[in-house]
Amino acid sequence: MKIIISNASPEPIYQQIGTQIKTQIISGELVEGAPLPSIRKLAQELHISVITTKRAYEELEKEGFIDTVVGKGTFVAIQNMELLREKKMKSIEDQMTKLVQEAQRMGIDLTELQEILTILYTEND
Amino acid sequence: MTNALEITNLSKSYKGFHLQNVSFNLPTGYIMGLIGPNGAGKTTIIKTILNLVMKQEGSIKVFGLDHQKEEVAIKKRIGFVFDTPAFYPHLNLKQLKNVVAPFYEQWDNAVFDDLLDRFTLPLNKPLKQFSRGMNMKASIAISLSHHADFIIMDEPTSGLDPVIRREMLDVLRGIMQDENKSILFSSHVTSDIEQAADFITYVNQGQVVFSKTKDDVNESFAIVKGGNELLDTNTAKNFVAVRKGEFGFEALTADLNASKKIFGEQVVYDKASLEDIMFFHNLKFKSTN
Repeated sequence: MKIIISNASPEPIYQQIGTQIKTQIISGELVEGAPLPSIRKLAQELHISVITTKRAYEELEKEGFIDTVVGKGTFVAIQNMELLREKKMKSIEDQMTKLVQEAQRMGIDLTELQEILTILYTEND
Repeated sequence: MTNALEITNLSKSYKGFHLQNVSFNLPTGYIMGLIGPNGAGKTTIIKTILNLVMKQEGSIKVFGLDHQKEEVAIKKRIGFVFDTPAFYPHLNLKQLKNVVAPFYEQWDNAVFDDLLDRFTLPLNKPLKQFSRGMNMKASIAISLSHHADFIIMDEPTSGLDPVIRREMLDVLRGIMQDENKSILFSSHVTSDIEQAADFITYVNQGQVVFSKTKDDVNESFAIVKGGNELLDTNTAKNFVAVRKGEFGFEALTADLNASKKIFGEQVVYDKASLEDIMFFHNLKFKSTN
């Protein structure tokens, strides 16, 4: 697991942690059942408050990404594949939205953007 | 959630100084930083908890027990560190251990030796030859060696260089791996508190200004900067205090969301450091007194 937090970022630290863990679960870097560090361990390592790490884990648990088993620790939850796919789609859509906005700012039209996409897609296939 | 410390309506008056209705709680398993300017009452609060100063009104509970009736039982489980170590200066650490250890049923030589090793403290050198940092580490080593559940420290980092201060904060974080431990430390070095504390209690002129989680403090307070034309008696109410300059104003808000509703995009919102928060509260205290 990799977590890099920025104190200068306007995004609250608990969200930064949440986003990074989610990304790693969605990308498959963190697999089902993988153990996560305890909130105290994570707080010590990141030099942040236990309250912050606790809040990050609570949010992730609410969203169904992780499970806490009392006395055993916290683990990546068994993911509902449908749901996971939907989350991945959502993540792709978000990134594409940014891309489209950037393209519109630069005055690139839809056909041109589609051409770029086709080239990149076939190159990576 | 149980509380390691519960202070309710504590009052104490000296000539020219009053602690007034001080109330705050520290839940077990967390670090609380006590901040405030010099003379705000931090040390008096700490000494009252330890019953070294007699309170006049209010109640103090440590581990849920009354701090006066159960003083002995409580103190066995407390470790305290003062800004000037109260040890015999001619003794070395080995001798000091032999003096201190019998007072504690839970004294643990193995922990003591391990800590001296980690802090690279010599056993055979008299304490009077110790630097300030070494003395502080020795105090901490002793307070940790009897398995204290609650560590109270008055200005533990004052006068220490930045490298040793960081080391100390790491030690505190290490202690907190055990969720049954709690720490209360006072400091006017706000960066130490920003780095290590879970809860922040700010005292000024004998009163608690706020006692909140660090996240709450970070999310509610902010520095607002904008043009002077935006300020009138109505909008200024939104701030703890305002500093007006020739080219614009700078103010502290205690409710970032409310300020955003009023000023929207017309102003700039910056993160407020604890130093900012203390500075602007002081401005407010000055103007109301």
